[in-house]
Amino acid sequence: MSAEPAVFSRAEAFLERIGTNGLQVFEEVGRFFYILHTTIYWGFRRPFDGKQWVRQMVRVGVDSIPVVGLTAMFTGMVMALQMYRGFERFHAEGYVASVVSLSLTRELAPVLAALMIAGRIGSSLAAELGTMRVTEQIDALYAMATEPIQYLVVPRVGATTAMLPPLVALANGLGIFGGYAIVVGLLGANPVQYWDKTFQYLALNDVFSGLIKAAVFGLILSVTGCSKGFFTTGGAEGVGRATTSAVVMASVVILVSDFFLTKILF
Amino acid sequence: MTVTGPGANGKKVGPEPGPPTIAVIDLWKSFAGRNVLCGINLEVARGESFVIVGGSGAGKSVLLKHIIGLIAPDRGNIIVDGEDLTQSAPARCLEIRRKFGMSFQEGALFDSMNVFENIAFPLRRHTAMSEGEIAERVRECLALVHLEGVETKATNELSGGMRRRVGFARAIALQPEILLFDEPNTGLDPITAGVVDSVIVEMREHLAVTMVTITHDMKSAFRIADRVAMLRAGQIVADASPEVFRSLPDPYIQKFLAGEPLEEDVA
Repeated sequence: MSAEPAVFSRAEAFLERIGTNGLQVFEEVGRFFYILHTTIYWGFRRPFDGKQWVRQMVRVGVDSIPVVGLTAMFTGMVMALQMYRGFERFHAEGYVASVVSLSLTRELAPVLAALMIAGRIGSSLAAELGTMRVTEQIDALYAMATEPIQYLVVPRVGATTAMLPPLVALANGLGIFGGYAIVVGLLGANPVQYWDKTFQYLALNDVFSGLIKAAVFGLILSVTGCSKGFFTTGGAEGVGRATTSAVVMASVVILVSDFFLTKILF
Repeated sequence: MTVTGPGANGKKVGPEPGPPTIAVIDLWKSFAGRNVLCGINLEVARGESFVIVGGSGAGKSVLLKHIIGLIAPDRGNIIVDGEDLTQSAPARCLEIRRKFGMSFQEGALFDSMNVFENIAFPLRRHTAMSEGEIAERVRECLALVHLEGVETKATNELSGGMRRRVGFARAIALQPEILLFDEPNTGLDPITAGVVDSVIVEMREHLAVTMVTITHDMKSAFRIADRVAMLRAGQIVADASPEVFRSLPDPYIQKFLAGEPLEEDVA
């Protein structure tokens, strides 16, 4: 019964692969919105677990200060250095401060901080929840009449969404300071003029839009991490897969949604 | 707070007449197109110790998880004390689940907590007990499973048998009416498995609960059961008291009891 030409079976296999991948994408999107929806549903129901919230806020916020701070500061420094050399060619060095502050607050600080947190927190959420899933700890929560979404996911998603804006505010400050240190300290520009130019074109709206972006990124990366972990299957290998794909997926979704957010907010 | 129950008051332990505590009606479930449960019907009487045996992959764990509502069936009903789990709203399901205590295969202890915190978890979550009362209750539960002085141990410091028993202690903390055991002595040496079985029997005598256990260990099944059912290829193929079960003529059951391979498995 193998009279079927090879070209048909190849085409069939190709179509099958497209179909399978397409279904997988729908499944992922469905899981993301399922976690988002149930998190909102259980987020406003008792009991409210204050201790878990504080623990997660420390984990996401306080513990991430060094990595986000360093990233922002060095980004500010590199930008200042690069742009100073470029702007120097047409005697516009004075505007380096404005470009650094605007690009950091509107774009770089939220995106870079979110990517760093996706690597740090998104992966650990997926690993933690994934391990709990494969060792039946999530089932045990259900069995003890405790809704895992409420106990595990709500504080994690809530804390990440709440802590991203303060982290980005800090990143803004440190990034601008990094630029200042390079231009004033290393390249010998006038410090007063640098501060003036930093704030001359910077509107409050720029800062707020950046912080709104940060909160949305926090929501995206934590829901992605939690959904990857929550639906983990396949033992230790499954946990590994969930962790990697949580970071990859969160990073991609952050970058894509950044475009649309920018389009809406600015 | 003391452990009370009909058993503790000297009443006879065993199935009671009246409507069943758990009734499973025509339960179907498939995963990825493969039928795992194919029309299961069973009833468990109040106070009864019901054991479901079957080979690996027969659908035992899936059936047990249906009974507590961890998995939704494709078709069929699960009635617990007259309430249909499959038709109840999620919040009501959580309420119904409070009647249950479940012990998982590897214990499923929370590894971010120590032994005390694990057992205290359901108490803190669902009762208004003070920390002193909780500590007392945790101590009681641990005493019932013959574990004392392990409260401050991390879960990864426990042996396999201890993990199961801490799992039992956590399952009984809220004084459930129904206890479910998922393979309580899989992966344990025969002596530890015997200890775990005797802890289960003792728990039953003290707490007078309804128990549903799944296992593939026939010795253990006969030690703890009032009634044994055999699950094979998603169907209940036998359901009898241990004495009757032993003498059932079905060749599969006889091979299972003797621990001999089937011709089809060897081929």
